[in-house]
Amino acid sequence: MQTLVGAKYRHGFITDIESDSLPPGLDEDVVKAISRKKNEPQFLLDWRLKAFRHWQTMREPAWAHVHYKPIDYQEISYYSAPRPPANAPKSIDEVDPKLLATYEKLGIPLHERARLAGVAVDAVFDSVSVATTFKDKLGKAGVIFCSFSDAVRDHPRLVERYLGTVVPAGDNFFAALNSAVFSDGSFVYVPPGVRCPMELSTYFRINAAKTGQFERTLIIAAEGASVSYLEGCTAPMRDENQLHAAVVELVALDNAQIKYSTVQNWYPGDENGVGGIFNFVTKRGECRGRNSKISWTQVETGSAITWKYPSCVLKGENSIGEFYSVAVANNYQQADTGSKMIHIGRNTKSTIISKGISAGHAANTYRGLVKMLPSAGGARNFTQCDSLLLGAQCSAQTFPYMEVKNPTATVEHEASTSKIGEDQLFYCLQRGISAEDAVNMIVSGFCKVVFKELPMEFAVEAQNLLSVSLEGAVG
Amino acid sequence: MLEITDLSARVAGKDILRGINLKVNAGEIHAIMGPNGSGKSTLAQVLAGREDYEVTGGSVIFDGRDLFALRAEERARAGLFLGFQYPVEIPGVNNVYLLKAALNAKRKAAGEPEVDAYDFLALIRQKMKFMQMSESFLTRGVNEGFSGGEKKRNEVLQMLVLEPRLAILDETDSGLDIDALKIVSKGVNSLRDAKRAVVLVTHYQRLLDYVTPDHVHVLSAGRIVKSGDKSLAHELERRGYDWVVESRVA
Repeated sequence: MQTLVGAKYRHGFITDIESDSLPPGLDEDVVKAISRKKNEPQFLLDWRLKAFRHWQTMREPAWAHVHYKPIDYQEISYYSAPRPPANAPKSIDEVDPKLLATYEKLGIPLHERARLAGVAVDAVFDSVSVATTFKDKLGKAGVIFCSFSDAVRDHPRLVERYLGTVVPAGDNFFAALNSAVFSDGSFVYVPPGVRCPMELSTYFRINAAKTGQFERTLIIAAEGASVSYLEGCTAPMRDENQLHAAVVELVALDNAQIKYSTVQNWYPGDENGVGGIFNFVTKRGECRGRNSKISWTQVETGSAITWKYPSCVLKGENSIGEFYSVAVANNYQQADTGSKMIHIGRNTKSTIISKGISAGHAANTYRGLVKMLPSAGGARNFTQCDSLLLGAQCSAQTFPYMEVKNPTATVEHEASTSKIGEDQLFYCLQRGISAEDAVNMIVSGFCKVVFKELPMEFAVEAQNLLSVSLEGAVG
Repeated sequence: MLEITDLSARVAGKDILRGINLKVNAGEIHAIMGPNGSGKSTLAQVLAGREDYEVTGGSVIFDGRDLFALRAEERARAGLFLGFQYPVEIPGVNNVYLLKAALNAKRKAAGEPEVDAYDFLALIRQKMKFMQMSESFLTRGVNEGFSGGEKKRNEVLQMLVLEPRLAILDETDSGLDIDALKIVSKGVNSLRDAKRAVVLVTHYQRLLDYVTPDHVHVLSAGRIVKSGDKSLAHELERRGYDWVVESRVA
């Protein structure tokens, strides 16, 4: 088995569109300018400024197993929107055809007559949301699904009530930066007792050069509500690294369920490690109510650097947190990802299944924390971390942290690291199956338990993405 | 069908095969026997195209083609099947899915249309019944959690579905109880016809009570030191290997 050649990135094109951008640089005026552009209420500006002042006192974290040149935060533009942004399109027909074509090319048709059946999409292009489909149909069910900016304008009380309650503005360096300068994102509110009638999805696209993307997603499932949400991400191929620092907050009240799935395919850089997205993301869900459940499923194939730990704070009695992850790192990609499960309530339960795949010169790290507080009587966790290595130059590491402060809580951990066996590969070859197909088969077998957690349509997409990411991984 | 001339091979810098000569015609069953470490499995792996084994001399012609000019998967598609001594587990990959992919890869190479899922299921059900395997094999991962006997039976099932020109079975009889041995033998015998050939690599003559070989060869220190008919197997059973090896040295 040989080491790989570069995988092909299919979403690397640039849309030539006029944009309204702020010049690079970051100070209080920039924060104010962003807030002004979006006509935000005072509470939000105050919140941003507080976050910004806090951020200035913070240091970039250095504990992750990733290496990169220092980021110059004054070189980044913190706002970019396709022109004309002032009057957001009222309907999909008013959206710039170039943008529609972009999403078409990405396989996300925004035209409702051509859309993926039963999936409502919010498309975020650089800093702003350009279109949200199916608003009316969702509205009839009482579900609010809109861009974050629209939510601030139309539902300021909901935003004020929940924003920052799961990931506080000063939570960590990147979350604080996001809180200060976030420009858009998605907002979901599912009212009590409502099962959201369709899959919700947000599609994030970075287009403009030298910009960062700082989106913020807030999802609230009220008592007895349930919702399934998926995000997808792509970016053009550029030589410089671009920063993506997002925050996602989920709130599940009594008996509510949120299923959050991610297919992350930001540009990973080329086969020599030039360019690519720096993906520093804070994702956290709070099972605030009894019997609530939050489930994270992620398929991470893109980004030069991935730094994210989707987590669950299990406050409500009997609440459940789940994390299913496939992280692929090829060429010079670096992934440091995992999950935190914080057990506060009695009889809370969590499951972590992490599958890391490394190829080329990539480094793939699982980092997780399972914490059982004294109040978490009868709480249970099961963690399983498996790593698969393709070739001899890649690496995989596992850092499982556990803090158990209640004697009735149980924590189980299983871990394995395997090379794609020469034996497995030869077995397939001897049956007449090509090396490429054999690797795909072995890898998808390895990931099966995670893929089956994804909504059907996306499981197929994830599977394809995986084959593309590992294309040429075996010679 | 298969003509091996002066074949030498090494693994990890150690010479294992030191000049093998063997001719297998269509319609024949050959048994290759010999003490542990004599090179039996190495011969099987070299013929199948395992990369870790370095061919240092000699040639192999398979159906008129230079075998060493073909990659492992091409050899398989050309009809060379290896029943593994230790079939590997591939977690999460469905047993039937792998077999269907294998059959279609072979058919594609032969310019035949792929079998659809429906026809394939009918085919595999029929073969499974023949091999007395339970329906659960349809849903399990490749060799995942199989007992030693189940793995061997699964190898023979694959062989029956792929219908190879030349099947090399590497100790497919080891670790089987008597009932499983009978079933495996039934599978091998069913493949016996004028167009095909089978090479049985085995340590014991037990299997040969059920599958009658046309030729028996004894391998020792990388060479075939004695060949004969099935009576040779009985003699080996009675007298062990030492007399063959020693008579040659003397």
